[in-house]
Amino acid sequence: MTIPPAADHKRYFIDTLGVSERLMERCLGEALSAGGDYADLYFESVTSTSIGVDESLVKSASQGISVGCGIRVLSGERTGFAYTDDLSPERLLRAARTAALIASGPAKQQVQGFTSPTTPELYPLAGASTDAEIAGKLELILRADRAARAYDSRITQVRAGYNDELRRILVAASDGTFASDTQPLARFNVFVIAKDGTNTARGSSGGGGRITIDYFETVKTPEHFAQEAARTAILQLGAIAAPAGEMPVVLGPGWPGVLLHEAVGHGLEADFNRKKTSAFAGLIGQQVASSKVTVVDNGIIPNRRGSLNVDDEGTPTRENVLIENGILKGYLSDKLSARLMGIPSTGSGRRESYQHITMPRMTNTYMLNGEDMPEDIIKSVKRGLYAVNFGGGQVDITNGKFVFSASEAYLIEDGKVTAPVKGATLIGNGPEALKYVSMVGNDLALDEGIGTCGKSGQSVPVGVGMPTVKLDKMTVGGTN
Amino acid sequence: MTTDELSQQLDLNSLAQQVVERALQAGATDAEAVVYEGDEFSTRVRLGQVETLQESGSRAIGLRVFIGQRTANTSSSDLSESSIRRLIDGAVGLAKITSEDPFAGLPETDEFGSLSGDLGLYFDDVYSLPVEQRIEIARRCEAAAMAADTRIQNSSGADFDAATSRKIVVNSRGFSGEYRRSYCGFSVSPIAQDMTGTMQRDYWYSSARHIGGLESPEEVGKEAARRALRRLGARRVPTQKAPVVFSPEIARSLMSNIFDAANGDAIYRHASFFAGQLGEQVAGENVTIVDDGTLVFNGVAGFGTSPFDGEGLPTRRTVIVENGVLKSYVLNSYTGRKLGLRSTGNASRGLAGTPGIGAGNFFLQPGSITPQQLIGDVKSGLYVTETMGFGVNLVTGDYSQGASGLWIENGELAYPVEEITIAGNLKDMYRNIVAIGNDLTFRSSSASPTIRIEGMTIAGS
Repeated sequence: MTIPPAADHKRYFIDTLGVSERLMERCLGEALSAGGDYADLYFESVTSTSIGVDESLVKSASQGISVGCGIRVLSGERTGFAYTDDLSPERLLRAARTAALIASGPAKQQVQGFTSPTTPELYPLAGASTDAEIAGKLELILRADRAARAYDSRITQVRAGYNDELRRILVAASDGTFASDTQPLARFNVFVIAKDGTNTARGSSGGGGRITIDYFETVKTPEHFAQEAARTAILQLGAIAAPAGEMPVVLGPGWPGVLLHEAVGHGLEADFNRKKTSAFAGLIGQQVASSKVTVVDNGIIPNRRGSLNVDDEGTPTRENVLIENGILKGYLSDKLSARLMGIPSTGSGRRESYQHITMPRMTNTYMLNGEDMPEDIIKSVKRGLYAVNFGGGQVDITNGKFVFSASEAYLIEDGKVTAPVKGATLIGNGPEALKYVSMVGNDLALDEGIGTCGKSGQSVPVGVGMPTVKLDKMTVGGTN
Repeated sequence: MTTDELSQQLDLNSLAQQVVERALQAGATDAEAVVYEGDEFSTRVRLGQVETLQESGSRAIGLRVFIGQRTANTSSSDLSESSIRRLIDGAVGLAKITSEDPFAGLPETDEFGSLSGDLGLYFDDVYSLPVEQRIEIARRCEAAAMAADTRIQNSSGADFDAATSRKIVVNSRGFSGEYRRSYCGFSVSPIAQDMTGTMQRDYWYSSARHIGGLESPEEVGKEAARRALRRLGARRVPTQKAPVVFSPEIARSLMSNIFDAANGDAIYRHASFFAGQLGEQVAGENVTIVDDGTLVFNGVAGFGTSPFDGEGLPTRRTVIVENGVLKSYVLNSYTGRKLGLRSTGNASRGLAGTPGIGAGNFFLQPGSITPQQLIGDVKSGLYVTETMGFGVNLVTGDYSQGASGLWIENGELAYPVEEITIAGNLKDMYRNIVAIGNDLTFRSSSASPTIRIEGMTIAGS
């Protein structure tokens, strides 16, 4: 696959959508006409495809196109914002004038000459799906349907789906930022129901990333996702009630890293800390986790769901250390928070679409390896919970309380993994929970590419990961 | 209405008609177009200063086509001729690669319809206030919250939002309908802090279809402050089994799980613990649950009211659970056919994807006792005001959620609690609703009075 130089991304907006650099300069000038400090234009074009198999039939096939531009003006701590799905000069200039009204006074900032940042090429350049390619993707989900049904005769319902999108962005800002990117994203999902007499259970699996379709032929196949979903459902048929109360918890590698996303990640987003509404506000340099814990947010891992060549403000992403050996090191910031807090932007400015305002967000958040062997970690627990897979999580930024819901978990009894238990929610307090980390495994894994993070009503794709980790105590919300 | 606005309206309606006709010409045997047009305004004030101000409008179209029993759909925010052509050709092309599904198809012609008369869905006064006054409402609301107590010195801000939208549905079986809706609302999230430095945030809001329906910003601010302050000093409680009283906001979400469990999509896939339970006792005899898309309160439509559903069927009142017996699933035309039943007029239709199933105004019928009595009967238990997480499994009914609220001692709200979980199984929980309050209020499209459930497990220290 050939990867075109970065300049080609922007050509799409200029040639295909007819937005010239001169028009962009005019819009930025208009946006700053009432005295704003900074303005940016965010052009976005998204083509998405979604196909689904249910009851072994291809029941749904969708394609969507969304094109628009969001215009933002910053004035001190204020943000003016308007968007338009019509890219004609009149509509763009009108949106710029609307956003400009956040400030009141004569223009004081000039639009700087555009320069493009040097950006990595973390993912392949894909085109929008053609009909022939969609037929190929259909075969993949039909394979998943067959594999799930073949796994066990108790699998009674299978739904498999494939979604991809191609997102093209161009950011032009009054500080001279002129960045563009083309971001592919694909995801495979399998959901099954298992039935045994009157006993019913569900199982699901999925994954993907900023990859091309051959990933699902060679790296993670439809059979892999199907068997994983079926395995979980069959396992759940025999699950016993989960325990209730405080106990040691061992988290398996990979997706359980959602703990970090909820317990610390959100609390370290700079907007909450600038406003002192986060339980982590003012804790930089302090011990917030056991000395075995180092957590990073890394936007530059090739092909990952949470990775980006540039963030949605045109700043190149990077690896940011959040916690190093238990000490809180830094926040995740966008341009606004960076300017107001006097810190650099960490390339964390993200938005769901041109209709949304940029905020500091995570990319791929994970804990680095420790030195313990995973089996030794299990052996060290007399009675506790071993949780290897999770549904979603949630956090109250202000008091630090977070939850995440286990979808596959087992009892640990006398150092051995024993009976599977039903799903249960685990709850803890962000600035405290990681102080109870007593063992960190050497088996770091990242999730398979299924994470979507919600904040203030905006969803963005993210990744998480961790090695096997033991927390000496956590509250498990079972019934037993 | 200006001539310009009028001509634009005609344009969108005829665009939908044309897209349906052109899809038929391109080879579809049936087609349905949905057009959405909306304007929105929002502002946030924080610590007395305007933090964000945004104003925008958007339009988009969705197309669903059938070729015999095959179906596909496309959507676009670009309404240019070249995009419309791609929308139509794309849908017809995609439909050819999908499977024959004997249950696929538009509703039958005799099912279409729309509620008549003015439902009170649209009031153009949501934009009548000048921007300065909209900002002022948010400012007053936040100021009232911050003036309530010296322990409130910070805030996540106060918002004021207004929105209007117009939805057009046209299909090849002769249905054509449209309606406009308006919305306005404001909210505030104050932060209280005690001497230990611990912070607690809470939230309160008012929303309405017209400016006159909004509550006083000062009252909403004070209520938000009361909610944040009562969380200060929260502690954990030991793991135990105890009665749980659900405040209306949380009871509402617990009752919404009944709607989800009765969703025809989950029923035909056996992905719900309500599958096969029609006519069976699924809750206590005191439990009656209704979905009603037709509610109008003093000339103003409910938040879940519309004249027709996403497929052009008239909305209606459906009793889902009556005296504890499951009386009806909630269905669109596809799931109705799959189950050998008729649609209940609950099709929800976004621009992209196949129609789903959505609620109108969904509620638990109130009982006769006051919330105070309901709490007063508890010797030791939890009054839950917030739940967190995704620990609801509709296949098995297993329920496990993070929670915070107030501990009840001898019938009184004694002290705040947090960092605990509540767990049980929805099948048991719905049967163990031992008391239902008389305090039903529609603050959004779903509503519930206060309820008390016995026998749940609380996990804590």
